[in-house]
Amino acid sequence: MLTKNNDKLTNLMVPILSIILGFIFGAILMLAFGYNPLLAYQVMFDGVLRNPFFFGEALRQATVLTFTGLGFAIAFKAGFFNIGVAGQVLVGWISAVWFALAFPDLPRIVLVTLSLGVGMLVGAVWSAIAGYLRAYFGTNEVIVTIMLNYTALFVTNYLIRAVISDGGNTTDRVGPNASLSVGWLTSLTNGSRLNAGLFIALVVVALYYVFMTQTTAGFELRAVGLNSFASTYAGMSAPKNIILSMFISGALAGLGGAIHGLGTFGNIFTQSGLPYVGFNGIAVALLGLGNPIGIFFSAVLFGILDVGSGFLPNRAGVPDEMAEIVIAAIIFFVGANYLIRFLLDKMKTKKTVTEGGE
Amino acid sequence: MDIIRLLQLIVSSSLIFAAPLILTALGGTFSERSGVVNIGLEGIMVMGAFMSAIFNIQFVGTFGNMTPWVGMLAGGLIGLLFSIIHAVATINLRADHIVSGTVINLAAPALAVFLTRALFGAAQTGPLPRSFGRSNIFLLHRIPVIGPIFFRNTSGPAFFGILMAILSWFILYKTRFGLRLRSVGEHPHAAETLGIKVYTMKYAGVLISGFLGGMGGAIQSQAIHNEFGILTVAGQGFIAIAAMIFGKWNPLGAMGAAIFFGFAQSLARVGNSIPIIQNIPSVWLQVLPYLLTILVLVGFIGRAEAPAAIGKTYIKSK
Repeated sequence: MLTKNNDKLTNLMVPILSIILGFIFGAILMLAFGYNPLLAYQVMFDGVLRNPFFFGEALRQATVLTFTGLGFAIAFKAGFFNIGVAGQVLVGWISAVWFALAFPDLPRIVLVTLSLGVGMLVGAVWSAIAGYLRAYFGTNEVIVTIMLNYTALFVTNYLIRAVISDGGNTTDRVGPNASLSVGWLTSLTNGSRLNAGLFIALVVVALYYVFMTQTTAGFELRAVGLNSFASTYAGMSAPKNIILSMFISGALAGLGGAIHGLGTFGNIFTQSGLPYVGFNGIAVALLGLGNPIGIFFSAVLFGILDVGSGFLPNRAGVPDEMAEIVIAAIIFFVGANYLIRFLLDKMKTKKTVTEGGE
Repeated sequence: MDIIRLLQLIVSSSLIFAAPLILTALGGTFSERSGVVNIGLEGIMVMGAFMSAIFNIQFVGTFGNMTPWVGMLAGGLIGLLFSIIHAVATINLRADHIVSGTVINLAAPALAVFLTRALFGAAQTGPLPRSFGRSNIFLLHRIPVIGPIFFRNTSGPAFFGILMAILSWFILYKTRFGLRLRSVGEHPHAAETLGIKVYTMKYAGVLISGFLGGMGGAIQSQAIHNEFGILTVAGQGFIAIAAMIFGKWNPLGAMGAAIFFGFAQSLARVGNSIPIIQNIPSVWLQVLPYLLTILVLVGFIGRAEAPAAIGKTYIKSK
């Protein structure tokens, strides 16, 4: 699914055409309900791109989506479907905030590093449970990660109410020593919550690329994903790689959650459902075709859609769920890329035929 | 509380929570038996729940007491329509089954809430005028001892689900259609050689799963939540899929597992009126169904129970 065809142009065309088709689908749906799609898309993009505050917010959202996208992608490369990204975000988020609240007096650099590290580790371990069960019991990781999602949701809510706060629905805010906010970024974007997480995300994108293409461990992960029988035959350990890929996957998601906690909100509050950044991370990874740079740009696009959807109800009278529908439609076309490849092939053959005829 | 009343409470509340799971798990069985993984059942349930809620509100004047049952059919129909997306994507367009299912799970809640806002101006429908409520099962509730425990004041849809499970078992194992459907899930190439239309059978499997999943969602909104909102389904579709796996892809097994999960879920709601259980912190009862699912998958089922060709794209030979 993720880049098996080596034709680079076609590979680039698939996400681009998927985005276009997704927007067209959204437009048709809006027309059917008597909304004005051009106005809707215009207020979304204008609202975000022409206002530094909302652009900052979109990048802030893209930061977390980059982590969840990379997290999903690395497991996917190794042949696993980590639907548990949302739950891993949540456990990373709560443990980072909890740690930061527990040790408010550590120096900033130490506290930030340790809090992020704790969030990352807890996310990794949470996800590795599914990897371990898959590796040694053959348990379907899709079901296990989904079940762990709901477990994470209820346990997190319980911890917030009964342990971290005194029966309230939100925790205290973390101290300035644990905050990821960067003065010049905040003032550059008119006080948005954009934070140092963005730079961490860019570094992780680069590290991800190096890990996957330049290291033995990354090569093994990809090999197991492409053909687990052949890689076992070549002496690679399938269980080790399964657990490792889920561990890294959860670490990335947990880090995203920790950055959500220390950067975006500064606290954690009870959730009525699993965080959307988790599921949209899956969308980001699929649209980015598993390529870290593609994932970053997908995350930026979905960040813009996410923040821009807030303008829909007031400025265009359209329910803000429209953005989510467009995202789903885009992923439909990415998933059904056979359709796009088929059409592109048809067009190519026609061209050669006409050229031959001249 | 005397023992019969206690058992009655446990059985009836288990069945109420089991009803949506039974139908959806049966749906999953049909789809996966034809070789198509359908984790989109969660989204299909959302659409069924949405449709039946709308139907319930709009047509309560026309159908009176029958409204929830007709609403259930309406939910089934919309589920069937929605599952066409999954069928086209996985069968004709060769999409990864899990990716396509995820698309359905992303799209359905967004679309349903979008439509709810477009129709009602709010993200929830508000209370439904006529829910399933509790009913006595025809004549059976008069049997002494067993009658009051199992058949009085209980969930009508659950007994409908049990009937459907028996019917599904019959269809899958005793009819020509069932044999063909299963053969397509095990070895599509061999099936095609014998003249079975593989794509048609796969379509049948997915569309039946959509119909049953939609009805499951309709029961969820009309019997348990009594409204439609974003949290109405919240994971029930996934639990139903787990029930199907626990039931080893057999309709009767899936039904049994669904009732078991219904029991686990009901504990979180009625646990505080049952001795012993009432002392357990509620968070444990809330996560119990999910942890049980994992334990069950790890401990009680072996590996190679799934249809052999599950999740694989079948490309028709020319």
